[in-house]
Amino acid sequence: MMAGMLIYSDKQNIALELLTAARLLKNATGLKINALTVNDDEQASALSGSGADVYKITDDGLSLADANVIAEIVKQAAEKAEADIIFLGSNRRGKELAGRLAQKMGAGCLTDVGGLAIEEGKIEYTRNSLGGATVARQQITTSRQVIALSPHAFEAAGTAAAGNILALDTTRPETAVKLAEIKNRNTGAVDIQNADILVIVGQGVEKEDLAHASAIAKALGGEVACSKPVATDKKWFPEDVIVGLSGKQCRPQLAIIFGVSGQVQFTVGIRDAHTIAAVNNDENAFIFQLADYSMVADSKEVLPGLAKALN
Amino acid sequence: MNIVVAMKQIPDLQQIRIRERKPVLSGVPLTFGLIDKNALEAGIQLKEATGGNLIVVSAGNEEVEETIKEALAVGADEAYLAADNALSDFDSAQNAQILAGLIKKIDDPGIIIFGEGSGDNYSGQVGTRVAEILGLPSVAYVSRITIKDHIATLVRSLEDADEFLEVRLPCIVTVLGDINEPRLPSVTQVLKAGKKRREVFALSDLGIEISASAVSTISELAPISQRKQIALKSLDELLNALQTEGFLRR
Ligand SMILES: Cc1cc2nc3c(=O)[nH]c(=O)nc-3n(C[C@H](O)[C@H](O)[C@H](O)COP(=O)(O)OP(=O)(O)OC[C@H]3O[C@@H](n4cnc5c(N)ncnc54)[C@H](O)[C@@H]3O)c2cc1C
Ligand SMILES: Cc1cc2nc3c(=O)[nH]c(=O)nc-3n(C[C@H](O)[C@H](O)[C@H](O)COP(=O)(O)OP(=O)(O)OC[C@H]3O[C@@H](n4cnc5c(N)ncnc54)[C@H](O)[C@@H]3O)c2cc1C
Repeated sequence: MMAGMLIYSDKQNIALELLTAARLLKNATGLKINALTVNDDEQASALSGSGADVYKITDDGLSLADANVIAEIVKQAAEKAEADIIFLGSNRRGKELAGRLAQKMGAGCLTDVGGLAIEEGKIEYTRNSLGGATVARQQITTSRQVIALSPHAFEAAGTAAAGNILALDTTRPETAVKLAEIKNRNTGAVDIQNADILVIVGQGVEKEDLAHASAIAKALGGEVACSKPVATDKKWFPEDVIVGLSGKQCRPQLAIIFGVSGQVQFTVGIRDAHTIAAVNNDENAFIFQLADYSMVADSKEVLPGLAKALN
Repeated sequence: MNIVVAMKQIPDLQQIRIRERKPVLSGVPLTFGLIDKNALEAGIQLKEATGGNLIVVSAGNEEVEETIKEALAVGADEAYLAADNALSDFDSAQNAQILAGLIKKIDDPGIIIFGEGSGDNYSGQVGTRVAEILGLPSVAYVSRITIKDHIATLVRSLEDADEFLEVRLPCIVTVLGDINEPRLPSVTQVLKAGKKRREVFALSDLGIEISASAVSTISELAPISQRKQIALKSLDELLNALQTEGFLRR
């Protein structure tokens, strides 16, 4: 017997998306929804402002750095809420938590879930498989389930009649992970998932042409994004503008892609774009299979040329 | 101290063809996921720094006995394997139970290294599930590891921050693909790999009870892609296309 759902993310925007997903299920099944926040009053009021009943934990000694401790607390909150379905965010924190929590609860678990639907009374989830080459439709067969939803897969919940906020006491295990320091990384203000137009650069682009990519993006009213190695190996961009399986799934109106080979782990992040133009000097590049407009050409010529033509 | 690395064999993704939206897996050779190769490299570097013994663990169908040579050639000293054809259909929880069973057979495991996600399914669950089963602390998404006096000093890289952490061994970590650049084996290493110790266990040898699968896959299909597939020959044609699609504001 399923009694309810619990949603938890360390990030407010993701938690609001989880709320939207949980409401889809609530409409179909009548399951009740509770949210959990940990040392985050702002998130508690945002969730309550969107209509969620919130369990709020306030505990100065509690650090998010030990997934075991957080999993224990989420488990206790789930028991309190009589929730069998736990929705987490599929950001790194959420995915790390998912496995621990599922194991503690004896739950089946799916991560990076991009969609859900009710089919013949059963909840069906979609997620990528084989590195993104395929999309799998899956169900959990155990009564308990831990589901981590991809960021941006659902809209954030808007405001609604306020829900209750209830302080929750939990007992936590000793932490075994000592946090010495946190350094925020400069992630820039660019949100490639909300851009209508993306100019995407891969390893077939030279450093001196990046300025042209920016100029093109600026002229079209878009942002610059990149393939993974351009951020992680070359370090030309922060990791939050990576498109793909371990980066972001984007659905822009237009993507112009330069010097990307088009491995599935990349294309999974851009295949939902409305229009795709690709420039690559290898006529057999996989990226062309995904393109509305294919141009076999040197990015060293097209980037400055297009930048000039648009400015 | 034993350094343990978990590696999962997967079909070589580059060689999978899609026919009628279905992946064709027959005849596709098995290899290790790319990130699992980073996990192995991290293990080798720790072995070089601390002088420990490096054991790879892997659970898979019977081909895993062959696939594992790749890891032994690169630098693992021994392998503990669960080889059973039933394993092809196991979910993450069942895999975790088996890996935990294998790791229990190892004396004095110090650090146990996983990839952040497997090469095919990339669910990122198995490492933390194993940690929970074994009652060990764990840190995922690690981009740096050093070990001194039985303490691991780690950096966990989140999307927007790096955390500097300390954990007493034994512990489990899952590593990111950019933690290192995996080395390739030399020809002599490849030749010697076949002689290294491999302990192969049947599932019944592990003395564990494996739960029923919690995940059922209804379908697995390549997404439908409908693209115009128009070839452009010049910059002018590109500009025209952008114009026609309505992306040029002027
Ligand atoms: C688990 C996992 C997750 C991953 N996640 C991601 C992810 O999220 N995002 C991602 O991008 N990758 C990801 N990858 C890596 C992915 O498999 C590819 O390695 C990567 O996408 C390759 O990047 P690239 O196309 O820029 O580089 P390359 O593959 O090196 O391709 C460069 C391309 O540029 C072309 N080129 C070269 N010179 C020129 C020129 N002068 N003009 C025009 N074209 C030129 C070449 O023909 C080639 O096609 C992941 C891998 C794994 C295993
Ligand atoms: C289309 C499809 C979709 C699937 N989806 C799911 C799903 O969503 N949830 C689910 O529970 N199962 C799923 N399965 C089953 C899944 O492929 C297996 O459970 C898989 O072996 C578990 O690995 P993972 O991808 O979850 O591993 P991850 O948790 O992503 O692996 C992390 C790390 O754990 C280690 N590791 C994992 N497995 C092994 C192993 N067998 N031997 C050695 N080291 C290992 C490696 O270091 C790896 O880098 C699916 C199967 C298919 C065919």
